[in-house]
Amino acid sequence: MVKYTDTGKKDTRSGFGEGLLKAARADGRIVALAADLTSSVKMGAFAKEFPDRFFQSGIAEANMVGAAAGLAATGKVAFCGSFAEFISGRVYDQVRMMLAYGRANVKLASSHAGITLGEDGATHQTMEDIALMRALPGMTVIAPCDYNQTVQATLAAARYQGPVYLRFGRPAMPNFTNPDEPFEIGKIYVMNPGKDVTIAAYGHLVWEALQAAEALEAQGINAEVLNIATIKPLDVAALRASVSKTGAVVVAEEHNAAGGLGEAIAAALAGQAPMEFINGGDRFGQSGSPSGLFKLYGMDSDHIVAAAVKAIARKKI
Amino acid sequence: MVSIEELSAIASQVRRDIIRMVSSAACGHPGGSLSSTDVLTALFFAVMEHNPSEWKISTEGQDAFVLSAGHLAPVYYSVLARSGYFPVSELGTLRQLGSRLQGHPSVSEGLPGISLPSGSLGQGLSAAAGMALGKRLSGDPHKVYCLCGDGESEEGQIWEAGMFAAHHKIDNLIAFTDVNGLQIDGATDSVTALSDLGEKWLSFGWEVIEADGHDFASILDAFKLAGSANGKPKMILFHTHMGQGVDFMTDNCEWHGKAPNQQQSETALSQLKETLGDY
Repeated sequence: MVKYTDTGKKDTRSGFGEGLLKAARADGRIVALAADLTSSVKMGAFAKEFPDRFFQSGIAEANMVGAAAGLAATGKVAFCGSFAEFISGRVYDQVRMMLAYGRANVKLASSHAGITLGEDGATHQTMEDIALMRALPGMTVIAPCDYNQTVQATLAAARYQGPVYLRFGRPAMPNFTNPDEPFEIGKIYVMNPGKDVTIAAYGHLVWEALQAAEALEAQGINAEVLNIATIKPLDVAALRASVSKTGAVVVAEEHNAAGGLGEAIAAALAGQAPMEFINGGDRFGQSGSPSGLFKLYGMDSDHIVAAAVKAIARKKI
Repeated sequence: MVSIEELSAIASQVRRDIIRMVSSAACGHPGGSLSSTDVLTALFFAVMEHNPSEWKISTEGQDAFVLSAGHLAPVYYSVLARSGYFPVSELGTLRQLGSRLQGHPSVSEGLPGISLPSGSLGQGLSAAAGMALGKRLSGDPHKVYCLCGDGESEEGQIWEAGMFAAHHKIDNLIAFTDVNGLQIDGATDSVTALSDLGEKWLSFGWEVIEADGHDFASILDAFKLAGSANGKPKMILFHTHMGQGVDFMTDNCEWHGKAPNQQQSETALSQLKETLGDY
């Protein structure tokens, strides 16, 4: 088992803030727009260092997305940031026409995604955003797993030409990936090689998947852990290669079942191997602590272990 | 300088193009295209600083135009082609399979002259504001023009853009509204009253100019007045008639999104002089 050490809990949104600042220092084309959540989405340092390149749209997300498309048309690289729900569902039509159909060089910085937004409750906890964004032709969907990877994914998104949905979260979570490893859009990161079961995860659940793999190792089960940091485009060949080897799959995500990574992988593998799913099901969230919600919604490492055992048991003999 | 007589002649040909395009596609939106024909003719042939042969999607070094009311594609395509952005023969492909002239403007097909898609209403003014900001940031002194519909102004995003452009003092943004008073379900005032659009824009901190959208002298004066760098975005309200130029379409909202049949098309064309040669 590859050893990962939590070097100190950090929020992935701060990784975005750090990445945006680094990218902006290197590339004068980068501009940023906010909708009254500048500090929440960690654009404050950018706004302070580059006041001429920062545009406040107020609580008017639709206008923010449209203005970003216009800035991008003139050759700028435009980041717009808000809570995941307000930059996906609330502005879906704007994102669809201006960014996806318009092939705009705009990056949607989607913070506070998933159930770990926590105490604010279901109105703010989007568990459907991946489904919405995956459905758009030409949209790249990225969900890095920790602070370090979010810094690198932000740099990669800034370099990439085209619309990107970059999803990250609110709470401080384990930080464990190599801070110097550049992010490759479209790459599946093999966190731990294994032969008995493939555990595919993204975002905060990659750490949970690694905890589960350790627990499985104690039971003599060798789990391959994949960090699916790019959900679209999905590297189907890499997935098939892993599953051909392990013969069983668990997909773990902080998202509902409909339209999530689980469905994407099920479609890609089309019955190639038994699959189990860790997700929010078909439910809204509720107020609570991130760890309490993970437990209640069955997204913690214990549930991943149980799902892996179940998937393995269903392998054809 | 293009004379008013020349502008009138171009506008007549543009109206013929609109009727012929929509008629051969057997669908499309003639009403608003005809009401905004004179304004767009003046803009493209006498107001905008643009060079079609050197046009890039970024519009760098040129004035830009954004069509927010995307269903006015027929008039947009006609003024683009007649200005030299692409061959006028292509106008006959409107709405056909494989055409660059999609039902609503698209950037996917690479049609020169189009920087942004439109069709879902209310979004273009925000994007035009963004383009104007982009030009300001890049030190490009050119302007961004944006055409909205009066019915379209029922969209909330128009007013979000209104606050944004005034707050950021985007004075290189010159928006204009085709106030023909009609939308699909009837008169704008009977559908959801816009009341006084001029007062609304004034209260949003914009400079407001009102003009007759079928009188070239009035149109040119309005664009001239809107040129100053005074820290305010500009909104010109052009008062027009839906279906202008074709008697049976004038002020009739049935012609918002309906193609004339062959006989109606012939009647319409008999009222519009061919001045530059049909495509």
